[in-house]
Amino acid sequence: MNTAAPALLRDGRAIWALALGASILFAWATRDLVPWAHEYPRDWIWPIRFEITDFMKWLINDASFGLFSFTDLTRSIAWLLDWPLGLATGLLSTGLMQGQGSDAVQITPPLSWLAVIGAVVAMGHYARDWKLAALVGGCFLYLAMFGQWNSAMITLSSIVVAVPIGVAGGLLLGIVAYRSPWFERAIKPVLDLMQTVPVFAYLVPILFMFGFGPVAAMAATIIYAMPPMVRVTMLALRSVADEIVDFGRMVGCTRRQLTWKVLVPASMPLLMVGVNQVIMLSLNMVIIASMIGAGGLGFDVLAALRRLDIGGGLEAGIAIVVLAVALDRLSQAFATRPPPVHEDPARGWIARHPWLVVALGWIVVTGLAGLVMPGIQAYPKALQVTTGTFWASLVEAINVNFYDALEAVKTAMLLGVLIPFKRFLIGLPWAVVVGLLAVAGWRLGGWRLSLLAGGLALLVVITGQWEKAMITVYLCGISVLIATAIGVPVGIAAAERERLGGVVRAVIDTLQTLPSFVYLMPVVMLFRVGDFSAMIAVVVYALAPAVRYTAHGIRQIDPQLIEAGIAAGCTRRQMLWKIKLPLALPEIMLGINQTIMLALSMLVITALVGTRDLGQEVYIALTKADTGRGIVAGLSVAFIAIIADRLIAAGSMRMRHRLGLAAEGATA
Amino acid sequence: MDDGVRVENRPVKLACRGVWKLFGADADGFLARYGHAPDNAAIAAAGLIGAVRDANIEVRQGEIFIIMGLSGSGKSTLVRCLSRLIESTAGEILFEGRDLLKAGEAEMIEIRRRKMGMVFQHFALLPHMTVLGNVAFPLEVQGVDRSRREARAREVIELVGLQGREGYYPRELSGGQQQRVGIARSLAVEPELWFLDEPFSALDPLIRREMQDEFLRLQQMLRKTIVFITHDFDEAIRLADRIAIMKDGRIIQIGSPEELVTAPATEYVAEFTRDIPRAKVLSAASVMLPPGGDYAGQVSADAKIAAIAAQVEAADRPFAVVGPDGAVVGRIDRETVIAVLVGRDPAGRAAP
Ligand SMILES: Nc1ncnc2c1ncn2[C@@H]1O[C@H](COP(=O)(O)OP(=O)(O)OP(=O)(O)O)[C@@H](O)[C@H]1O
Ligand SMILES: [Mg+2]
Repeated sequence: MNTAAPALLRDGRAIWALALGASILFAWATRDLVPWAHEYPRDWIWPIRFEITDFMKWLINDASFGLFSFTDLTRSIAWLLDWPLGLATGLLSTGLMQGQGSDAVQITPPLSWLAVIGAVVAMGHYARDWKLAALVGGCFLYLAMFGQWNSAMITLSSIVVAVPIGVAGGLLLGIVAYRSPWFERAIKPVLDLMQTVPVFAYLVPILFMFGFGPVAAMAATIIYAMPPMVRVTMLALRSVADEIVDFGRMVGCTRRQLTWKVLVPASMPLLMVGVNQVIMLSLNMVIIASMIGAGGLGFDVLAALRRLDIGGGLEAGIAIVVLAVALDRLSQAFATRPPPVHEDPARGWIARHPWLVVALGWIVVTGLAGLVMPGIQAYPKALQVTTGTFWASLVEAINVNFYDALEAVKTAMLLGVLIPFKRFLIGLPWAVVVGLLAVAGWRLGGWRLSLLAGGLALLVVITGQWEKAMITVYLCGISVLIATAIGVPVGIAAAERERLGGVVRAVIDTLQTLPSFVYLMPVVMLFRVGDFSAMIAVVVYALAPAVRYTAHGIRQIDPQLIEAGIAAGCTRRQMLWKIKLPLALPEIMLGINQTIMLALSMLVITALVGTRDLGQEVYIALTKADTGRGIVAGLSVAFIAIIADRLIAAGSMRMRHRLGLAAEGATA
Repeated sequence: MDDGVRVENRPVKLACRGVWKLFGADADGFLARYGHAPDNAAIAAAGLIGAVRDANIEVRQGEIFIIMGLSGSGKSTLVRCLSRLIESTAGEILFEGRDLLKAGEAEMIEIRRRKMGMVFQHFALLPHMTVLGNVAFPLEVQGVDRSRREARAREVIELVGLQGREGYYPRELSGGQQQRVGIARSLAVEPELWFLDEPFSALDPLIRREMQDEFLRLQQMLRKTIVFITHDFDEAIRLADRIAIMKDGRIIQIGSPEELVTAPATEYVAEFTRDIPRAKVLSAASVMLPPGGDYAGQVSADAKIAAIAAQVEAADRPFAVVGPDGAVVGRIDRETVIAVLVGRDPAGRAAP
């Protein structure tokens, strides 16, 4: 052993074999010897979840900062969010009101559907061209025609308020982080954590602090949508050319002038990318936040899900898709708007802002006309089309004709794959899994990674989340496997065929703009509730990065290497297996990593269709407003995400080094 | 006001003494440990980058002082130290006699606003502003009101010949035009000290020449004190009153173009000056023979050979070389001029 061991330790495969062998032996031999290593004893659980709940109770009931109490603080935040939200809802949906509750009287009606459509058409043309104007105009017209207008406007008013706050907050934090390395070091891990904690977990403490209602939903939305803006801001400010920064300092800018007159305007195009992200994340969250009181389209979907009203749910779901597409295309067009060109200074303000003038005029004209003609104010009921019954009958038709087939597929998958895999994972002794994770961390990234992976896993164990965590891992694992099995070949095909690549990209882009909630409807419609439905939704949602990264990985291979392969007389198959795939592997691994992250975030949402994992735990905590329970389960999901992320990133990095590829992002 | 006063006799505007800039961890401590005189080996061994090593220069009022060296020799770093865009690791920087390194943040902002201007290699124009906005920007920062700053901006825009383009965005201009904007912008505040970091390097050769002429024309009018960086020796001799040559962070020689050509301090400098058309650099005084005999005419002692070559060559007798006071200080003949023109060492070269 003494001489053989170091050599053995250096050989990666030997270590894996050794570790696996030892684990199997351990699992088989020690069932009765050390039962605590198999099943974590109940009385050893660290009751942190109750401690958190107690702390939250204390915060709400007793905490005080001298002059004001914690509740005062949350109340004033609520007030700050409430009045702009009221204003936006008034403008878009209810009309501006005077007075409270049921005594309120309408002072002005809301913007009419024609006014809103006119405004978005003008924005579309201003931001790009008539094609975009027609697209967004069409999207909004769809909302009006299919009876989704009011819900859509409520959702839109949340976004109209949440986005500026999220952008401003993210911008400010990003600027502070840019200026102060100390703050950057502090905020980075927080941002990492915020992006891995599942969305539901945010909702629990916020629900507890703000109570059920649109304001709580707004707070959750802002918190959820802000982190990417912080990141984008740091990145954008750093990307301003050094010379420009030097110039700013040389003309004697104060720090404030340097920030607001030089850095921020000079990095505007990149910052706009951040704004687009904030908009899309806000939409996603506003929909989910219907669980804590946001109204609008999300609420319609949720209510339909609860009633199992497939027709109504699909209708609202499609409306969300339409709204998402319109917002995404519009904000992207603003982000990539061609930079300004010189204009004739002799022309007046009106001549230089034709679109603004036309849109304002349109709003006034339609507003006045709406006072006399109700059909202009609100889309005429008689002309509305409802697709609810159509969807309901379609689903019924599918069920009548394909019920047996669908059911057979579902049952076969459940019995053949899902349940055995679940049993296997749950049967693993926790001690073995934690140990294996630690070994993997050590092999891939040294003792730090080993401590991180083992430590986080152990935390999941001692907070009593192990079994639920394993169910999460099982569902996530299966879904990721399937998503990879579909996504990688599609990615390869997309990379090799130009036309197909374009189509795939368009589909993937659209899939990624859709709020996660939307994926639930069709799945439930076809397969009803359960693990299988959850799995399908997760696979579809998480597919995009597997495709995208694979295609990118294959495309970025040095053409010389391909030519070398052709020169050596490789067949197509050999090219793929011996040259392309190995070289693209690090990139593909990053894609799979992203797929895992998306799968975890979606998995939590599938709690709505009846899974039994950590997501369900968070969901239950949400319905009971049990903060401790929600946070502990939410953090457990985040820990799983972090372990997977760090292990895969380290593995991908090692592979890059071995292939002699530049370590991407190592210089950042 | 400087007209007629020789450069050596004008007051020193900007000086630096013993300036070091080392990049890397604990550069201060390292420099102190080595008594402010580490050698190259020690710097390399400590894993530091010696971007500027012990720089000493004096820039006099109204002169064009050129810092010249190959890429990576530390020119930009030196200028960034001089303008305090970065803090030097050690040394003293005197601007109009006071130590810049002791100036606080507010004072530094004030000095930069009123007294310094800078032109950048890649123009550093603000992409979101028009030409007018860019040129007025330094004044905007100072809080000058809109109508005054735009009036001033129009003046300098006209000075660099860009009138009619005020409403254009930088992207809509050619490289040469963009750099004109950069120049106009740095002149808007009427700086006394003007830094130009390779202002013409990003331009193609024809435009570069045009801009050099433009620059000389402006300097004729404005008489700024200029620190100009270039890696192009042709450019340096065309524009410079004096040139400092840098290599690996050290200044290895400072002198007029003529001094560098006639008395290179090291082999490195000689290498630089080898391909230079000497007739454009050497003056009559540096190649003249002792006075004597009769003369075909007179040339001034500081006239460049290129300027008098045709005249001297056409005559069958030598020309008298006369000093600033009108006295004959030497003679110059046809052989000497031809020797300079073909790049041979003229036989009777006098020490400068
Ligand atoms: N911030 C920095 N950190 C570390 N090294 C630096 C830094 N800035 C410059 N250097 C190094 O200092 C040396 C001098 O750089 P500098 O930019 O002053 O050269 P230069 O003479 O201006 O070259 P160029 O003609 O390419 O502009 C180079 O070796 C460079 O790599
Ligand atoms: Mg430089």
